Amino acid sequence: MTDINVILMLMIVGSIIAVETRDMLSCVVVVGVVGLFQSLAFLVLKAPDLAIVQLVVEILSLVILLRVIIRKEASEPQHHPDYFPMLVGITLSLLALLFVHPILRELPQFGQPVMRVAKEYIENGMKATGATNLVSAVILDFRAYDTLGEAVVLFTAVCGALIVLRKTGRKKKGEPETEA
Amino acid sequence: MNKEPGMTVIVKTVTRLTVGIILMYGIYIVMHGHLSPGGGFAGGVIIALSFVHLMLAYGKEVAFKKLSMPVASVLESMGAILFISVAFLGLVGGYFFFHTLGKGEPFSLLSAYMVLFSNIAISLKVGCGLFLVLITIALAGKEIKK
Repeated sequence: MTDINVILMLMIVGSIIAVETRDMLSCVVVVGVVGLFQSLAFLVLKAPDLAIVQLVVEILSLVILLRVIIRKEASEPQHHPDYFPMLVGITLSLLALLFVHPILRELPQFGQPVMRVAKEYIENGMKATGATNLVSAVILDFRAYDTLGEAVVLFTAVCGALIVLRKTGRKKKGEPETEA
Repeated sequence: MNKEPGMTVIVKTVTRLTVGIILMYGIYIVMHGHLSPGGGFAGGVIIALSFVHLMLAYGKEVAFKKLSMPVASVLESMGAILFISVAFLGLVGGYFFFHTLGKGEPFSLLSAYMVLFSNIAISLKVGCGLFLVLITIALAGKEIKK
């Protein structure tokens, strides 16, 4: 319980540094550190599948962000100390917390979830699918529709990136095309 | 000193030693997705990262020699087709995504065939898709600089 609190505190500190720092490169590096702590938090909460995915996606997004930063010679964001938007934001957050507080108290305790649907999967998952990794069994067998939707989202994202960022037009009719 | 694209000799040597291990680890994560933590998405990203590693250390041309853009595009589409055909195979047994392929013996590598094939399909899709996205971003930067 204490280790997850320490990790969350470090993540909050890292996020504040990422917002407040002037240099874009160090900002990207701090974002990567926050992602690493996120992965550690998943590991502490006993979700190794998520920890692996978070770690590798964080590395890939860090590489992409670094490429973009280095290519574009991104200028430093202007820093005007403007207190009114900050004040409005803090006030609205406190108001939202005030209204949400009764609901938050009704939630089940940390680490003791209500398991009405998941209980069925945990008890019969291995028997029904034959897969010993229950997470894989759920996302690829019980809930394969969601994975199909996720695959469609990824396909659309790749198509969009290739269409928007491809070379301007095709050179020749006979040339082998390099776009997808 | 070195006119060829890429990073220094140290980075190139370390890459040459590690890139195969990274690729193997990605394939291991995919194949054991139904037995241990991991799965198609994580394994696919690790496979993509091994090619990205090669691209960063040696330059684009070497990475293209291993996995060219048309091949990656075809592999990505094949992953999508494999996944949807696993789904349509369920129609034989009754409904969409019904596991007709059998369960096999638990804890062995060839078990839970539907999960196994879906993992392979998703890893192809994710790996080639993310590699294509990164390549496109790199090429787009080149175009602007010209």
